[in-house]
Amino acid sequence: MNSEEKELICIICPVGCSIKVNKTMDNISVKGALCNRGIEYARQEILDPRRIVMTVIRVKNGNLPVVSVKTSIPIPKKCIDKVLKLTALIEVEAPIEIGQAIAKDICGADLIATRRIEVKISKL
Amino acid sequence: MIEEKKEVVVIGAGPAGIAAAIRARQLGLETILIESRDVLGGIPLQCIHPGFGIHYFGEDLTGGEFIQRLIDKMHGIGVNYILNAYVHSIEIDSYIEKMVNVVTPNGVHKICTKTIIYAAGARERHLFELNIFGERPDGIYTAGEAQTIMDLYGVLPGENIVVIGSGDVGLIMARRFALEGANVRAVIEIMPYPGGLMRNIVQCLRDFNIPLYLGHAVTEIIGGRRVEAVRVAKVDEDMRPIKSTEFEIPCDTIVIAAGLTPNIDLLEKIGIAIDYRTKGPIVNELFETSIPGLFVAGNALVINDLVDYAAEQGEVAAEGAKIFVENDGIPTKSWKRIEPGRNVRFAIPHYISGERDVMLYARVQKPENDVYISIANLKIKMHNVRPAEMIRVKISTKIIAESRNTVIPVEVIPHEF
Repeated sequence: MNSEEKELICIICPVGCSIKVNKTMDNISVKGALCNRGIEYARQEILDPRRIVMTVIRVKNGNLPVVSVKTSIPIPKKCIDKVLKLTALIEVEAPIEIGQAIAKDICGADLIATRRIEVKISKL
Repeated sequence: MIEEKKEVVVIGAGPAGIAAAIRARQLGLETILIESRDVLGGIPLQCIHPGFGIHYFGEDLTGGEFIQRLIDKMHGIGVNYILNAYVHSIEIDSYIEKMVNVVTPNGVHKICTKTIIYAAGARERHLFELNIFGERPDGIYTAGEAQTIMDLYGVLPGENIVVIGSGDVGLIMARRFALEGANVRAVIEIMPYPGGLMRNIVQCLRDFNIPLYLGHAVTEIIGGRRVEAVRVAKVDEDMRPIKSTEFEIPCDTIVIAAGLTPNIDLLEKIGIAIDYRTKGPIVNELFETSIPGLFVAGNALVINDLVDYAAEQGEVAAEGAKIFVENDGIPTKSWKRIEPGRNVRFAIPHYISGERDVMLYARVQKPENDVYISIANLKIKMHNVRPAEMIRVKISTKIIAESRNTVIPVEVIPHEF
């Protein structure tokens, strides 16, 4: 039977366990993880690796020229490029509150503002 | 000139200072918070990556989200603060009274206070501290500068990047550059192991196929008006570059991520005792320095890996200030000294009384697997220890009481011993 072995380093917590994953047609075995979250991470990493992505988006009339955003949930690694090409094109209007969705349903996630942006006070 | 009287002056409105000011106000102390920038928040404002607040708020937040929560909490309980306010000097008038001289846009404030919590953070180590020679063209930034330019102001400083140093800030910036479409040519680390956490090696470098050169040093920066390349060589066991291994990496931007050092110039001027290991002040369990009533917290005390620890230290310092104000000093029967031993680079605090539970922060000198952390009779099993990961251990009064010695060694011991 086809089996594939891969070595991973867990990114869930600072311990950084070295994990060995063996994947066959109908089974995934995980060795070396010190906790269940590590086992879960290894399975996910083999089947569908995902990451939280953070970037900045242009702001109109803000006290800062950009607002920082993150994906509401980890998105598939293969979508990262697509998301960043899209965020480069978006512009949002101030004010912006932390937690506000800047864009919805991009690769299954929303883009959430992580900085409060106030309207720029123009000096006359 | 404005003259004021306070019980505690907090210097620096980053996570440690804001947490200290909140706690001090909650404890009923007359508090004022002084910030030199035009915004509250300090460094987390420019940190748009997650990993903040897991201990402190029990949630994984970005730097901006973390600090905004703390700022909102501070506004909620009404802490006085001054922005654009620069602490020019501190005068020690007596055991109890100090004078903080502050330059503000509204004139000079002279604040008479019983206690000071100094939380002015750290500064980045720069090029001259790395012994890098060559030209000084445009295109050289510290990691923090690059972070500010990109993530507060939305400007990409360059297209072909070499990061010098593999501490967490350097790794996180390598990822930010890669995400924004820049080409990160290399991360160069002089030590044989990474400076940052393994998880950051994975999610910041491997995810983007960024090469990490361990045991390598940048020997020269090449360029005229703008950076054109760096010359890199392997180093020998004494960290000296091996000439025959030199090669060039073309790039237009260099990011220096050589770590942080506590920003305590102001305290050095008034003669506080300094630990050569941490480059920060020598402190007791309430983070009081060698000057009575002068407390320190956050990265000005010791370079932390987590913002949560900086905030926690701010709270401890505020509790110290409360005890000092109530008793005109910190009353203690005896101080025991914490002594870093085998594979311990430093341990904070330096003195403990055994009268209260204390959080001990330490860092190892070199990576090791399957060890015990040994503090008096307390032995804690660890799967691995790494210089990049601060060790944080609660020491109960019981552990100190059991130890008859006046010196308490902190050691990392392999299992087989």
